[in-house]
Amino acid sequence: MASDYLLEMEGVSKRFSGVKALNNVEFRVKSGEVHALIGENGAGKSTLIKILSGIHKMDTGTICFNGSKVIIQSPRHAQQLGIATVHQELNLFPALSVSENIFIGRLPRKKSGIVDWHLLKKETEKLFNKLGIEIDPTTTVESLGVAEKQLVEIARALSQGAKLVIMDEPTSSLSQGEAERLFKIITALKANGITFIYVTHKLEELFQIADRITVFRDGCYIKTKEIADCSYQELVELMVGRELTSLFPKVQVELGEPVFKVNNLSRNKEIENVSFSIRRGEILGISGLVGAGRTELARCLFGVTLPTNGEIYMNEKQLTIKKPLDAIKQGICLVPEDRKNQGLVLKMSVQKNISLSILSMFRKTFGFIDGHKESATVQDAVAQLKIKTPSVEQLVGNLSGGNQQKVVFAKEFLADPQLLILDEPTRGVDVGAKAEIHRLIGNFVKKGGSVLMISSELPEIMGMSDRILVMSKGKIVKEFQRSEATQEKILEYAL
Amino acid sequence: MKKTFFQKYGILIIFLLLCLVLSFLSPVFLSIPNLINVVRQISINGILAIGMTLVILTGGIDLSVGSQVALTGAIVAGLQAHGQGAFLAVIVGLLLGAFLGCINGLIITKGGLPPFIVTLGMLTAARGLTLIYTGGRPIYDLSKAFNFIGAGYLGSIPIPVIILTLVLLVSHFVLKYTIFGREVYAVGGNPEASVYSGINKEKRLVQVYTIMGFLSGLTGIVLTSRLGSADPTAGVGFELDAITAVVIGGTSMFGGEGAVTGTLIGALIIGVINNGLNLLNVSSYYQQVVKGVIVVGAVLMDNYARKKQQKISE
Repeated sequence: MASDYLLEMEGVSKRFSGVKALNNVEFRVKSGEVHALIGENGAGKSTLIKILSGIHKMDTGTICFNGSKVIIQSPRHAQQLGIATVHQELNLFPALSVSENIFIGRLPRKKSGIVDWHLLKKETEKLFNKLGIEIDPTTTVESLGVAEKQLVEIARALSQGAKLVIMDEPTSSLSQGEAERLFKIITALKANGITFIYVTHKLEELFQIADRITVFRDGCYIKTKEIADCSYQELVELMVGRELTSLFPKVQVELGEPVFKVNNLSRNKEIENVSFSIRRGEILGISGLVGAGRTELARCLFGVTLPTNGEIYMNEKQLTIKKPLDAIKQGICLVPEDRKNQGLVLKMSVQKNISLSILSMFRKTFGFIDGHKESATVQDAVAQLKIKTPSVEQLVGNLSGGNQQKVVFAKEFLADPQLLILDEPTRGVDVGAKAEIHRLIGNFVKKGGSVLMISSELPEIMGMSDRILVMSKGKIVKEFQRSEATQEKILEYAL
Repeated sequence: MKKTFFQKYGILIIFLLLCLVLSFLSPVFLSIPNLINVVRQISINGILAIGMTLVILTGGIDLSVGSQVALTGAIVAGLQAHGQGAFLAVIVGLLLGAFLGCINGLIITKGGLPPFIVTLGMLTAARGLTLIYTGGRPIYDLSKAFNFIGAGYLGSIPIPVIILTLVLLVSHFVLKYTIFGREVYAVGGNPEASVYSGINKEKRLVQVYTIMGFLSGLTGIVLTSRLGSADPTAGVGFELDAITAVVIGGTSMFGGEGAVTGTLIGALIIGVINNGLNLLNVSSYYQQVVKGVIVVGAVLMDNYARKKQQKISE
């Protein structure tokens, strides 16, 4: 048994009702490395992680962990072995304090059986000191940001003696600054001998954080490589299995007159005196940290919340937007940042989701829906956007992230907006689908639409936008033309 | 995801099995008069449960239906006792029910309170109003025309059964084929996303609670007519029977999933159990135990089939 490997998986296969999710894959992780697992949605990453965390049992194959052969029976068993998983959806108790969350199930007690709060706080502080985390152990978890919550979860895993930490899309909802902090902590923990499996769609960060990468495609093992020997282009090609000409295909569009104008828009302390205009055919990017007021601005323009001050104009006409329905009627649509909670009804079919905003187009007498017209319109959109679904009757919740996002786009496009607001349009979407979404955005502006695009991914903002606004603390602090923007300059103003 | 046969028709199969068992245990069970009797008995709960399905589809609950039944029943009877005609009394009863439901809906949406709390308040308040209005005594003196609603027949079919059938058909088509129906499912399936999709969520909720109130009023009329009097304590516990039928019928308590056809079968299962136990001369104390066990058992079986299906499709 080669001792420099902490985890060795060989010949692992897993079927779900006849479909091979994993086909005879191998996966080897060295002690003390950050090993990235990458692949498109459906490549089998999640299945492998679920096998490691004891949620699924593999059909065939062997797992060798920490020098001995194991069959992982249950999540509890995985935990006992020292395998911890930090999921996208965090497993914390929001109303309890940080220290309670870390020691839940094994809170220190006094002889009388009462919780020893003093000792609990001290133990937590000791742990945080060791890990280099600066969070007050007595604050409640719900008052923390996503990044801090992740740290709490990592701390909990490590306090339970985890040797291997699996991070599933840890930075998907973090701003650049928060992600940097997370990377620092991961690097520090790595120096202390902790091993990480790191799953992400954001390939750029791998060059910063990972030591080695393993690529899966369609349930098969493709390759393991040192990250130092890889280029970005190569990673993408390994994942997709074909050459991608360009990831951010900027469509050249003749810009028209200003269509949409915002004057001195304010809302409480969230947005302060924001003014800008967008031209026909233009993509205006908004960059900034999470909490800079970007999403608040989008919600305000779309009528989810109301501004306390300021005016909004479309084609020189002032708009009154009190609710999303008003915005949609005036030609403003939003692709929200959280597609599962704001964009889609997961329990409903692809068809019903796509037609939800435009049901009035299919109205017959007595409010009945013209089923033929609805289904024809939806079929058309599904074909045009190349949404991969067995049928339009499929529940949206069963589609992959990329296809779910395309369903949201189909829904907004059908409402025929003049201005499309995009809030993190490619979050949690694989590279292939990402390129397609970028192509859709390009087509939209080519036909004369205007786009306001919020994104935490700097390459995306810089690749797609004609102009870039940088927001910080609710204000627009800088405007860049496409040609002037660099990552460093944007970050300088965002921080 | 394809639904398996059992998943789609599970609760119907359970219902048919139950009928089969009862037909062996009691020769009377399958006779036409008995079956009509069963359906007539469930018509009261059936109408309420259909309204409750709408409410639960939006992710809400209405605990006040029993009290609404009592209050509308009392007013409808009181109007007639004071010499008003049956027609006017019925119209007032329906409007009163709709009004009570509308108040529920408005407080839930404008006041931003959970439906559980609001309708719990209405349950108590409406019951109180009933007692005040009746002075705690039943009201008799109903008109002949009015009695026809609960006791009359069209051919060999009791009027309450016809009313139930109409309510079922209308609600089924409205939920399945209208914009209103689609939006009810969306609001229950994901309230936030439905607002982002431009749906007027508050309007839909008020409409749903108003329909629930209207159907409570209708139930109050049918019940009062059938009993020949309005009892101030009528309708106690009706909300639980209605919710039970909805849940057995496979509608999710979290909202967004379910159908009124399932609810009807749920109501039928409860009715058949009641009827069967009566035919078998089971004491009413034991009846409650058996009913409880069968209700939970039916939902368990249904749930088990769904979960199994979900696991496979993951």
